Amino acid sequence: MTTYSYFPGCSANSTGISYTKSADFVCKKIGIELEEIPEWCCCGTSAAKLTSYDLGYALPSRSLALAEKLDASRPIVAPCAGCYAALKDALVYAQASKENLEHVRDMINMPYEASVQVMNLLEVFSTQEAKDALQQQITKPLSAFKVACYYGCALVRPVEVCKFDDPEDPQSMDTIMRLAGAEPIDWSFKTECCGAAQQMAVPKPSRVLIERIFQNAEANGANAIVTACPLCWMNLDMRVKAINKERAEAGKPAFDLPVFFFTELLGVALGGDAKTLGIDVHFQPGAPAFIDQKVKESAQIEEERKLAAAEEARKLEERAAKLAAKKQAKAEDVHSPQGGEQ
Amino acid sequence: MSRIGVFICYCGSNIAGTVDVEKVAEVARTLPNVVHAETNKYTCSDPGQAGVKAAIEKYNIDRVVMGTCSPRMHELTWRKLLADTPVNPYMLEVANLREQCSWVHKDKEVGTAKAIDLIKMAVAKVDKLSPLKSTQIPVTKRALVVGGGIAGMQAALDIADAGYQVTVVERETSLGGKMVMLDKTFPTMDCSACICTPKMSEVGSHPNITVKSYAEVESVEGYVGNFDVTIREKAKYIDYNLCTGCGACTTKCPTKVINNFEQGMSARPAIYKMFAQAVPAKPVIDAEHCRKIQENKCGACAKICPTGAIHYDDEDKVTTERYGAIVLTTGYQLIDWKPLYPEYGGGKYPDVITGLQFERLVNASGPTEGHILRPSDGKEPKNVVIIKCVGSRDPHKGVAYCSRACCMYGAKHAHQFLDKVPDGRCFVFYMDVRTPGKGYDEFYMNTLQDGAQYLRGRVSKIYKEGDRLVCLGEDTLTSAQIRIEADMVVLETAMVPAEGVDKLGSMLGVTRDKDLWLTEAHAKLRPVETNTAGVFLAGVAQGPKDIPDTVCQAGAAASKVIGLLNHDHLESNPQISRVNEALCQGDGACVNICPYHAITLVQKQFRENSQKITRTVASVNPGLCQGCGACTVTCRAGAMDLLGYTNESLMREVDALCQW
Amino acid sequence: MSMVETTPGAWEPKIVAFCCHWCTYTGADLAGLNRMNYPANVRVLRIPCSGRMNPQYALDALNKGCDGVLVCGCHPGDCHYSTGNYFARRRMLVFKRLLEYQGLEPERFQVRWISGAEAGKFRDTVTEVVEQVRALGPLHLNHELVLSGMEVE
Repeated sequence: MTTYSYFPGCSANSTGISYTKSADFVCKKIGIELEEIPEWCCCGTSAAKLTSYDLGYALPSRSLALAEKLDASRPIVAPCAGCYAALKDALVYAQASKENLEHVRDMINMPYEASVQVMNLLEVFSTQEAKDALQQQITKPLSAFKVACYYGCALVRPVEVCKFDDPEDPQSMDTIMRLAGAEPIDWSFKTECCGAAQQMAVPKPSRVLIERIFQNAEANGANAIVTACPLCWMNLDMRVKAINKERAEAGKPAFDLPVFFFTELLGVALGGDAKTLGIDVHFQPGAPAFIDQKVKESAQIEEERKLAAAEEARKLEERAAKLAAKKQAKAEDVHSPQGGEQ
Repeated sequence: MSRIGVFICYCGSNIAGTVDVEKVAEVARTLPNVVHAETNKYTCSDPGQAGVKAAIEKYNIDRVVMGTCSPRMHELTWRKLLADTPVNPYMLEVANLREQCSWVHKDKEVGTAKAIDLIKMAVAKVDKLSPLKSTQIPVTKRALVVGGGIAGMQAALDIADAGYQVTVVERETSLGGKMVMLDKTFPTMDCSACICTPKMSEVGSHPNITVKSYAEVESVEGYVGNFDVTIREKAKYIDYNLCTGCGACTTKCPTKVINNFEQGMSARPAIYKMFAQAVPAKPVIDAEHCRKIQENKCGACAKICPTGAIHYDDEDKVTTERYGAIVLTTGYQLIDWKPLYPEYGGGKYPDVITGLQFERLVNASGPTEGHILRPSDGKEPKNVVIIKCVGSRDPHKGVAYCSRACCMYGAKHAHQFLDKVPDGRCFVFYMDVRTPGKGYDEFYMNTLQDGAQYLRGRVSKIYKEGDRLVCLGEDTLTSAQIRIEADMVVLETAMVPAEGVDKLGSMLGVTRDKDLWLTEAHAKLRPVETNTAGVFLAGVAQGPKDIPDTVCQAGAAASKVIGLLNHDHLESNPQISRVNEALCQGDGACVNICPYHAITLVQKQFRENSQKITRTVASVNPGLCQGCGACTVTCRAGAMDLLGYTNESLMREVDALCQW
Repeated sequence: MSMVETTPGAWEPKIVAFCCHWCTYTGADLAGLNRMNYPANVRVLRIPCSGRMNPQYALDALNKGCDGVLVCGCHPGDCHYSTGNYFARRRMLVFKRLLEYQGLEPERFQVRWISGAEAGKFRDTVTEVVEQVRALGPLHLNHELVLSGMEVE
């Protein structure tokens, strides 16, 4: 049992409810406990920094200080990529110099050492402990899922702050998906911007950003997109409808790619049902049906694989037996007086 | 008892204007051991010099103080003068009465007082100097050229044509370097092979040139005129005396190995000639991939060889020979862009190629016989994107410098593509277009006329969609986001020094700059010399440059080598470090500090208290020591001293100036 | 115009400048060629390289009546002998700390990098050092303190 301090973020009980539900389910299954930081507040996200950098550092630092008070030895987990980026940026800022730390302390007026570690959920599931636990618990491998792992911009950048995965071709989510039996596709938009808040300010031009993500995922053979950020998920899952409408007008085929949180798919692999995992409240209504369909296909594939493996083993055995027989015949041949030339 | 002569110059009114020269001479006469002091209107003139000579003879002078202009101006003049007299040329001290006295002070009283002090200092110092003799260093009249690219070949030919023996050491199995891989050369578009391969055969057949291919320099000992160089020739497994170069063996070899000469775009057998016109025109066996050598199977090549030239038990040949001069022409390699640019696919997409790969694609003797076909599916690309400065001028990812040739060969690639694929489109992303050179800008303008579209900006991302490569970038002149669906992308990548040059440099005491380019002795005035006497450099080894500049520099290096080899002997600078072996502890602090590797520790026998003992002491190589004196200060025992600037003479000078 | 040229007889600082042959000595020559003026309180002592500068010389100079010592060489990275001034830089830094520990004012021992082209910098440096030492007054050394154990061979 590993316990983390938990920073849910504002989307946890709204647009990101599926993320929260599925993460809860998976964590419970593999023995991870998330203890909510009492009185946590808004992380400030990118908006606070636009108002003032001080505000942008003060808001997350307050929650960091509260987490320290709760238990300084535990890392904080922030499932939302925006929260993760804001918290980690504030932490790195405070750790950079004594003056910075002093400045933050002055602003939040609390004891603060900038000592707690900040992690995102991908990091948590990338620990050897979590991976081992997942491996043991997986009951329904996702063999029919060809997923495009979409990390978004905030999880891996800026490199100086995040320092956890490759900024151009991150692998942590791919590894986790592979572990769950899915096939992560090789594609090029893992860390491209989804348009984030621009989708509300200038929706039409920003939709291109989402469209090209879908397009590249589809072109590279994915049948689903997987995310680790509530805002990315919402932008993709909610706005694909409008994009498809526009594409229909332009005579282009619609995208048929459900968007999932990686925890939802993990949950499926661990035997969770769509309702428990929150898959039933997606914007794209086909998600639960997709899951059912693919789970069935996966089971089939697994069955076929088992049969194929058995057949392969049988063949090998046969070949070995033949070889042994030949050897023996040869040995006898050598000993017989007429052997050799014939 | 020394007999010092002091000669003070008026320098017209240059010195005399601010210094009472006669008064200085008068004071000089009173200084200890000064037997004579005189003044002269212009000491450096013929009558002035004659006067000095006469006085030396008349007063039996054995050391001299010249109170004249700066030693930087006339120290050598005075040395030459003294060489004609019984006085040793190094028993000389120049008091700088002009540049550092009369010209910087206006008050005559002040100037005179200072001049007297400067003379006192010089007299004190010269009193403690001892005669020095330069030694004669013999010159071995042979040169070694390291690297058989165009720079090395040019240098070797120039030196050999002057009548000296030259050995060319080439790491690859053939001469030619990078130039022979190129298709055409800008701006004249003459075929690279047509101008490079004749040079190769000229080098290969020159009576004064020995080519050691598939070989590397293993170690270097010695100094200018006398470098003992150990060269390792890797086992070729073929007796070149028997081999006729028929090539039958290469057709029978069953092994396929990635062909590096073709930039990995085709395969070659394990027994191979690097390319058709290779010099030496005989194959070698790549032992690492040969089945016979690795697993003792196959042996097809030996069976087919009509002359029995193949020996699987061949071994490396290590030879040590003496050379008088060394020319380093080690050239370059292209930067490994793959780990640096994951946004360009990091090597994931076979159709994102380097400029050198493009050269092979467009070359008639290349893997596609000159048809521009993309590596992934062999289709002819219609949209090609060329990205310049990949790795260059990008200190964040690659190197900070400009690789200098890429603007031109980028334009050449665009031109060649549009020439061979008339319905194709070519986009060139650039940061700047730098075309200084004869006919260069005209060439670039022609490429624009051909229809190449130049876009000022960088490509931020290349990704694959279907079978096309999408390039996202920006045209910074119009601030437009650019999205180009390309069939092939050519990266004009940065030049970086050839592998192993760092080791070679430290072996020879040749410094490398922060990017590991070999450093010339002076950026402007000694561009082909290095800090190690007798070692010269040419070509890209010194820094990125194009073929004309490389050939120029090779010729310059060759002329320096010829000038050196033209001497039977060299005179060494006698103002070098000297070890007092009685004091030396043999701790080697001086060995570590010497930038010229001039000091070594040796075992020497001594007689102490009528007993023979062996001690470790430092030994200075007079051919290598340049007389900087760093070792003298580092020696804890005070056993090191610098002749001409001895501790004692400098301390006397300090004493003298303290008395003012 | 320096004081020395106007008030003879008064105390004047004595400074010795150890200059490397390739850079600073050349720079000092250039100052002459350009007919720049600087105080006559400095005597230049030529050494081949700042790496040749033995701290003993400075000790000797200070002990025997100089009021200040200036050590000059090529800019780091420009040494004629590749690395001499790097060694000089380290040695002189340690030596300067030692002198300051012994009670010497920092202005009396200074190390500067002056290239062969920086005639103006040579003039300015000399002028500045002379004025700084002049402001400190004559050097009264506790001879025994500095001398102990540091006498030259």
